[in-house]
Amino acid sequence: MQPFSGLSLLRRGLSGQRGWTQQWRRAQPKAAYDAVIVGGGGHGLGAAYHLAKEHGLTNVAVLEKSWIGGGNTGRNTTIIRSNYLFDESAALYDHAVKLWEDLSQVLNYNVMFSQRGVLMLAHTVHDVQVFKRHVHANRASGVDNEWLTPAEAKAFCPPLNIGDIRYPVLGAALQRRGGTARHDAVAWGYARAADALGVDIIENCEVTGIRRGSNGAVEAVETTRGLIRTPKVGVAAAGHTSVVMKMAGIHLPLESYPLQALVSEPVKPILPCVVMSNTVHAYISQSDKGELVIGAGTDAYTSYTQRGGLHISSHALEAICELFPMFRRLRMLRNWGGIVDVTPDRSPIIAKTPVPGLYVNCGWGTGGFKATPGSAHVFAFTIARDEPHPINAPFTIERFRDGYLIDEAAAAAVAH
Amino acid sequence: MLLIECPYCGERPELEFVYGGQAHIARPKTPADSSAQEWTDYLYQRDNAKGVHAERWRHTHGCGRFFNALRDTTTDHFIAIYKVGEPPPVALNTGKAGP
Repeated sequence: MQPFSGLSLLRRGLSGQRGWTQQWRRAQPKAAYDAVIVGGGGHGLGAAYHLAKEHGLTNVAVLEKSWIGGGNTGRNTTIIRSNYLFDESAALYDHAVKLWEDLSQVLNYNVMFSQRGVLMLAHTVHDVQVFKRHVHANRASGVDNEWLTPAEAKAFCPPLNIGDIRYPVLGAALQRRGGTARHDAVAWGYARAADALGVDIIENCEVTGIRRGSNGAVEAVETTRGLIRTPKVGVAAAGHTSVVMKMAGIHLPLESYPLQALVSEPVKPILPCVVMSNTVHAYISQSDKGELVIGAGTDAYTSYTQRGGLHISSHALEAICELFPMFRRLRMLRNWGGIVDVTPDRSPIIAKTPVPGLYVNCGWGTGGFKATPGSAHVFAFTIARDEPHPINAPFTIERFRDGYLIDEAAAAAVAH
Repeated sequence: MLLIECPYCGERPELEFVYGGQAHIARPKTPADSSAQEWTDYLYQRDNAKGVHAERWRHTHGCGRFFNALRDTTTDHFIAIYKVGEPPPVALNTGKAGP
């Protein structure tokens, strides 16, 4: 791997950007691996990286049915925060935020993590009570979160309209360590680092079957590029997890919905932080390129179409125009959808399955991007040791049967 | 936005409807006799089919009545609309019998 540094950038800059080499190999599938990851998004690539880096498993393949980072990793609104209500969730997401903080250095790849602050707006008395409860719960467990008055929120985010609207801003919860990162760079950075450690990243390779031995354990995966033998399979297939897991006879409590996002034309820096509002349903931040990145909602019905109804996007824009009247004349450049797998309690599943050698990382619903480094780290631990890391131990499949739900639905119905 | 054909009122925009989730899920007649796994399956397990999906819709801002539909989740095209109590017009490999 060709390491990046200020000096190497300068040298290539002076020589016309010639001489850069390929960031990762175009690997061909081998007949057998020690472990196979299904799904080449951030969670899957990151898990492969940690398997190679910390657990000595370098004979690993990541199988991606299209191109890496082309699913939800490249389709989300890149918001990162960890101000979740329950201890289990706060621990999981804060683990991720801590890893985000030096991910660029660790991967030697600029993921453009920017801790510009995430402002969650309260518009009703109920919002105020719930958010203050979140602030207290977070602070008690060591996660930063603070309450701002409307005037303080306006001072932190000057373009915000706090008064002259149907649902005036009554206050806000601010997590200063929250922010954004460059989503593609996360996939590419993990791919490059994993590849350097020997991991094969195989694109255009769709898994079509999971073969099990006479003892029930995983033996191999059937793919569009041939049979691959392996004793361990980690599935990180987001909206298509149900489809993949059915190949091994496992039925998970998941439903897949389209979730939409859109970006405006690029403008000069105008929005200094991330702003979210659950009540009027608005999620907005500004990319380093200048586009306003806007998150819309999920459609009402399950679907695998990677698009959604236009009225869902329009609804989000109506709220944005109320909160930021100056954005009313901005044109939208693109909108798109991703398929998100939602669990009944809106918390993920990162766990062993009833099939020996089969592991699953799914159910991130509308908010998986923020957890990418933490999820990848604990998933690799689970695959390598055949037991969960203490952080993901509560996120089992069995919690739905045993009544140990981690019910973040109130906090995260869409606002994940 | 989907154009949905209510069997009582005709074609109306999706905004008039509320999605009711997977159809034909029968509540156990004697819940106390269900095992934890059976009750979990009833509460939480859904087919999440990629392909033909049997689902309920309610024409909330119209006649207010529930009905069933078959929709292809890879295209969002409706294949059939049928009333509550009727069997799916196309055989489903996973649907359980129920109201």
